Amino acid sequence: MSTIVATLGTDRSRRLRAALTVLLAAALAVGAPFYFAPFQVFQLTMVLLYAVALAGLNLLVGFGGQISLGHGAFFAAGAYTAAVMLDRYDIGHLATLPVAAAGCFLLGLGFGVPALRLRGLYLALVTLAFAVFLPPLLKRLEPVTGGSMGLTVDKLQPPAWSGLAEDQWMYFVVLAVTAVALLLARNLLRSRVGRALLAVRDNESAAEVMGVRLALHKTLAFAWSAMFAGVAGCLYTWVIGFVSPDSFSFVLSITLLAGLVVGGLASLYGPLLGAAFVMYVPSVSQDVSEAAPGVVFGLLIIAVMFVAPTGLAGLPGRVRAAVADRLPRTTAGLDRTPETESAPDTEPESRAASEPSATVTPADPAVVDAEPVGAPPRTEKE
Amino acid sequence: MSAVTEFLQQVTEGLGSGAVYASLALALVLIHRFTGIVNFAQGELAMISTYVAWQLVASGMSFWLALPVTLAVSFAGGMLIERIVIRPVQGAPELTVVIVTVGLFVFVNAMAGLIWSFTVKDFPQQFPDGGIDLAGVRVDWSTLGIIGVVAVVMGLLYLLFQHISAGLVMRAVACNPASARLAGIRVSRVLMLGWGLAATVGAVSGVLVAPVLFLEPNMMGGVLIYAFAAATLGGFDSPVGAVVGGLFVGVAETLTGAYVDVVGADLKVGVPLVIILAVLLARPQGLFGRAAVERA
Repeated sequence: MSTIVATLGTDRSRRLRAALTVLLAAALAVGAPFYFAPFQVFQLTMVLLYAVALAGLNLLVGFGGQISLGHGAFFAAGAYTAAVMLDRYDIGHLATLPVAAAGCFLLGLGFGVPALRLRGLYLALVTLAFAVFLPPLLKRLEPVTGGSMGLTVDKLQPPAWSGLAEDQWMYFVVLAVTAVALLLARNLLRSRVGRALLAVRDNESAAEVMGVRLALHKTLAFAWSAMFAGVAGCLYTWVIGFVSPDSFSFVLSITLLAGLVVGGLASLYGPLLGAAFVMYVPSVSQDVSEAAPGVVFGLLIIAVMFVAPTGLAGLPGRVRAAVADRLPRTTAGLDRTPETESAPDTEPESRAASEPSATVTPADPAVVDAEPVGAPPRTEKE
Repeated sequence: MSAVTEFLQQVTEGLGSGAVYASLALALVLIHRFTGIVNFAQGELAMISTYVAWQLVASGMSFWLALPVTLAVSFAGGMLIERIVIRPVQGAPELTVVIVTVGLFVFVNAMAGLIWSFTVKDFPQQFPDGGIDLAGVRVDWSTLGIIGVVAVVMGLLYLLFQHISAGLVMRAVACNPASARLAGIRVSRVLMLGWGLAATVGAVSGVLVAPVLFLEPNMMGGVLIYAFAAATLGGFDSPVGAVVGGLFVGVAETLTGAYVDVVGADLKVGVPLVIILAVLLARPQGLFGRAAVERA
């Protein structure tokens, strides 16, 4: 109850601040391609499209509590759908997007039905096996996919009326799709489906007792998540204009998961931070040695899970919490668990109010099991 | 060669590779029994153990001396990893632990590349060339050797768990950690032992498979998928199931590659995917597993 009161009190200022933040972000996003060099604009475009894939993965891992080691494969499926369509038929780029999205949604549904019947890790196994199987399959289907040589298709071309360069036009198109995708993810989480998903993640048994159909919602979450990855793959084809089986090895799936974990699980803007990580860290560390990206990714995944399960997106919340703990009332902060500690999307006022619920200590291992992964106790109200 | 002999020949070869999958699946099942998680880094731990063996042999040690040293190093390494990497997230949600093992997978793989480079290395074959002829079916010494070694590992594990008090203690912890702790068992130590044991069993699979696949950091990636299929088929909490599953997956893989033209050599890696999906649809707990009952 106190949470609600605290939130209502600051509702207007919060909204104002949120609106200002969105405006500022939009202004920066629109201005960026006119300020940076074409190559940098291209990199930003890649960050945006990776963010779509990560937003999908976040639905599944961060909010659904399931794990996929095969999102690179859905990314590849989307990319190839677009490439094959552009290669075979004389259609516009835009027409490939809904097909790639729908195809990956169905693919996700197909794998989700068997994999999500049981609790636990079978989805990870199935997706891993799929991610390993897909590249040789793409090589084999040579008449359609071009085999190991891959397919080269037209990139997205700016229409004459826009007066934009190729890189700028691609940036804006990808920006628009990304914005829609992120908004969709956010609204999905606020819908009935999203609430059911959070309930399943936080306590399966309780959710089931309350009438949430576990298998249905987990499978749907996986299908949505695969769809986002497929959309990202489709954008990839638009931007790169080339697909080959080796671009979508198992490493891509691992890289996406690493990016999401570092960016912040169960956070709405974690995928954006994670996407920047996916884009820039390999290109920077590749200069050091071939093995360096792996070392960095591996260490960071483990380190983030140890010390900051909410990732980069959770850092401000953690810092605020740490500062709050240093201030006069220091007693309440003694026995909090790291898992529940920081709430990335929660305002400081309501954080203070929600403190009592966060002080449930894991004396009993069963209690710990019921905790969400690195997630704030109430993700509903960001 | 008649069709039947040809078929039996393929089955024999399948059993040879199946024994390797069985041994890695056994390692996966051990960890799953003790901690309830699936260790995605198991294959990479086996890979790095194999590199240790290779390094020892390359520096002039005889293989049969290098092997016990490697197994000892793997045991210590497994315990160390439990202590340093897994213990801090013990009791955390399953997802956290799994993500940590995935991180370990990436890290170990890259470290092997950093230390030994990504170039493929020749691993010495220890079993003599040639083989025996059983009614027209040629059985290589290496196939017999691999099956023999895995059988010995199985036997030793059976002795440990059924006839030695340390094994009884380990079973108690696997069965119910809370009660085991109340009975005076140092659960955390037993978990370290469990990880050490799994790493050792996994190392055996790595050393056995290295002469066939050649040694490189990604060597165990494919084997891991087959081992997952084996463990899923046998049931993730059944060591016997892991071995039966491993042999079945090995034979299924070889036969599919040999007789189903559409699949051929390059798409064989789809076999474990199909097996995992089929098991999950038909009998999710696996052949030898128990169906879990959820309790809130």
